[in-house]
Amino acid sequence: MPPDRIGIIAGLVLFAGLITVPFWYGLVSGVPREAPPLVLPAPGKPCVAPVDYMKRSHMKLLDEWRTLSVRGGTRRYFSADGREFAISLSGTCLQQCHTDKAGFCDRCHETNGVAAPRCFDCHVDPGLIRNSAAQGARTGGSHDD
Amino acid sequence: MTIDRKGFLRLTGLGAAAWAAGKFAAGFPGRRAETPNGEAGRAPRRWALVVDSRKCRQSRDCDLCIRACTRAHNIPEIGDPRHEIRWIRKATFQEAFVSDPRDSANERFRDLPLVVLCNHCDRPPCVRVCPVQATWKRDDGIVMMDEHRCIGCRYCMAACPYGSRSFNFVDPRPFIRELSSGYPTRTRGVVEKCSFCVERLDGGGLPACVEACESKALVFGDLDDPGSAVRAAVSGNFTLRRKAELGTGPEVYYIV
Amino acid sequence: MFMFEKALAGGRRYWIWVAALLALAGTGLASYQQQLRYGLAVTGLSRDVTWGLYIAQFTFLVGIAASAVMVVLPYYLHDFKAFGKITILGEFLAIAAVTMCMLFIVVDMGQPARVLNVLLHPTPGSPMFWDLLALAGYLVLNAVITLVTLRSEQARERPPAWIRPVILLSIPWAVSIHVVTAFLYSGLPGRPFWMTAVLAPRFLASAFASGPALLILLCLLMRRVADFDAGREPVRKLSVIVAYAIVVHALLVLVERFTVFYSGIPEHREPYTVLYTGIPGHRALAVWMWASAALGLAALVLLLVPRLRNREGFLAAACGLVFLSLWVDKGMGMIVGGFMPSPLGTVTPYAPTRPEIAIALGIWAAGTLMVTVFFKITLAVRAAAVGESF
Repeated sequence: MPPDRIGIIAGLVLFAGLITVPFWYGLVSGVPREAPPLVLPAPGKPCVAPVDYMKRSHMKLLDEWRTLSVRGGTRRYFSADGREFAISLSGTCLQQCHTDKAGFCDRCHETNGVAAPRCFDCHVDPGLIRNSAAQGARTGGSHDD
Repeated sequence: MTIDRKGFLRLTGLGAAAWAAGKFAAGFPGRRAETPNGEAGRAPRRWALVVDSRKCRQSRDCDLCIRACTRAHNIPEIGDPRHEIRWIRKATFQEAFVSDPRDSANERFRDLPLVVLCNHCDRPPCVRVCPVQATWKRDDGIVMMDEHRCIGCRYCMAACPYGSRSFNFVDPRPFIRELSSGYPTRTRGVVEKCSFCVERLDGGGLPACVEACESKALVFGDLDDPGSAVRAAVSGNFTLRRKAELGTGPEVYYIV
Repeated sequence: MFMFEKALAGGRRYWIWVAALLALAGTGLASYQQQLRYGLAVTGLSRDVTWGLYIAQFTFLVGIAASAVMVVLPYYLHDFKAFGKITILGEFLAIAAVTMCMLFIVVDMGQPARVLNVLLHPTPGSPMFWDLLALAGYLVLNAVITLVTLRSEQARERPPAWIRPVILLSIPWAVSIHVVTAFLYSGLPGRPFWMTAVLAPRFLASAFASGPALLILLCLLMRRVADFDAGREPVRKLSVIVAYAIVVHALLVLVERFTVFYSGIPEHREPYTVLYTGIPGHRALAVWMWASAALGLAALVLLLVPRLRNREGFLAAACGLVFLSLWVDKGMGMIVGGFMPSPLGTVTPYAPTRPEIAIALGIWAAGTLMVTVFFKITLAVRAAAVGESF
């Protein structure tokens, strides 16, 4: 074979290998293929939307909440089955049910490499305040996030 | 069908252009921000604030209104005046009313205690210039801020004639003295300002500063409501508005 | 297709130059990483002075980009053959300048990842929206024009007929990009320093002075380092354009001063006081502004006297002076002046920090690299093609 051809084919093989890394890396490196163990909220209160929907599309719901509350001025949300919720990630989702953000939200986000959604740059996890001895627990009033 | 390279490129180009034009046209807004479900219940209003300097106890180092606002909204206390975030702040008469320079003969005005904040103008220049509609005027008069959409270009800050807006030069979290989960913090790179406590108003309450003022120097209400306290204050007193000649229509009135 | 291989054949000097520019761009990038991590606090900006070095560079460079019209218009609209060799250089300069403008906007933004919001949520009432469209359109126009005309030169053919209306479109478009940029400032009721009708014409005048001045300097430089002679006539005509433009600019500046100082309205007058007299403790800005005025005056004299203007040494000096003077006046002077005093009457001093300067230099280096590559390709195409372009 002429030398050029060897180089070209070798290069192509290397390139193909590198470009498909996301597909085969998990298989070879022993990264767990099941969902990480999640700290689920206490049973009893169903979620704002059905669990399957939330698994797939909770960001869609949160985006809708954002539009409704910030741009529409609506603070109350009525779920498909007629229940009423305050539109607030911190006050409803995290405060009332998913009180362990690290054990629930962060687990899947980190495993899947979802670059910790920027939401929590601003929306305060009530757990931060609950767990911090230095700060007085100030969770009063209406939650607006 | 045979097609040469030029023809193919032309077709693809036209197709892409048509698709982009369609998306673009679909994004063109109405005059207002989106108004999805739930807004029907809110009647148009004209929220306004009256600052009664006769009752303000600022000269005795009172800052209850500012502290209430800071606590209610996780406002950071940055320390470096170049980067500080201020939704409401104390000001001298001269600072608030720059176009009316007074000399030493006007003794009364020199120590006049005032607070300045976003005026929630009728015709806000900041709303006009924002390229992404991160700020807009609601039909109840509040000039709203959507920190999710803000790109941090600071055009609104250049446009505001009153210096009411602040930019997050740094990550504010470390500077928040009493972090509360009742209101989101903001992140670096976005602009923020007083919102007349929309979250409280929407629940039937009053802005934090108004509630906190012990001498009742801050009067808030619907100026369109003939029975409101703010209407009484504005019709019964001589009031000043900041830079009124600019035509912005500020809705913060000062009784001096 | 883009003839980039022509930019890869160069001597030692060329590669040292390219390496230096890449190094500068690299340090700029490193500083930008710092800015992304810590926020815009790494700059000298403040709550009162919210636009500074970056936006100053942007404003100045929009003018450079628009100035291509000063070579395109005479050649394509009035058949002024002498500009035949340099129109494409003007257009390439415009591409580099517009790219730099966009980079300066991006580094100035607090949330650059959200910049697409400007297109996702179009806001026809905002001059900034139109500025983005105008700049993007101008970039596309010039990219198409240069590609088509250069390839025709390479093939030694006349360019296709359809390119002519595209080129003619770039003429009013060039004017519009700078008018829209002026409109960013001149419609703000709270900034009396900017709110003057004369701002847009002033921007155009300074653009048509500083852009062709840069082009002259580049032509003179290329004669020395790249064996390319644009000819004496184009350079002479360009110098006349710079002369007229700087005179018009000086006139507009002076008429503005009259209105401000004769009326004596404090809010209009105070920014000028801060800029030219300084405030106790903040005199640095005044030094810069007076220097700019002095340089501008010296340039004016050199350009108005034909005997001086036609001597290459004096012309090069004059062009450098024009460029520097306007860079200060239209850049830092104009931008920072709008924020001093603040809406509450206080003056917060502004000085760019080291990371800020590094980022700005990095972008200038990137733009210079673009100009280098474009010009190299053009000259290589011309050297290969025997005979003149159309």
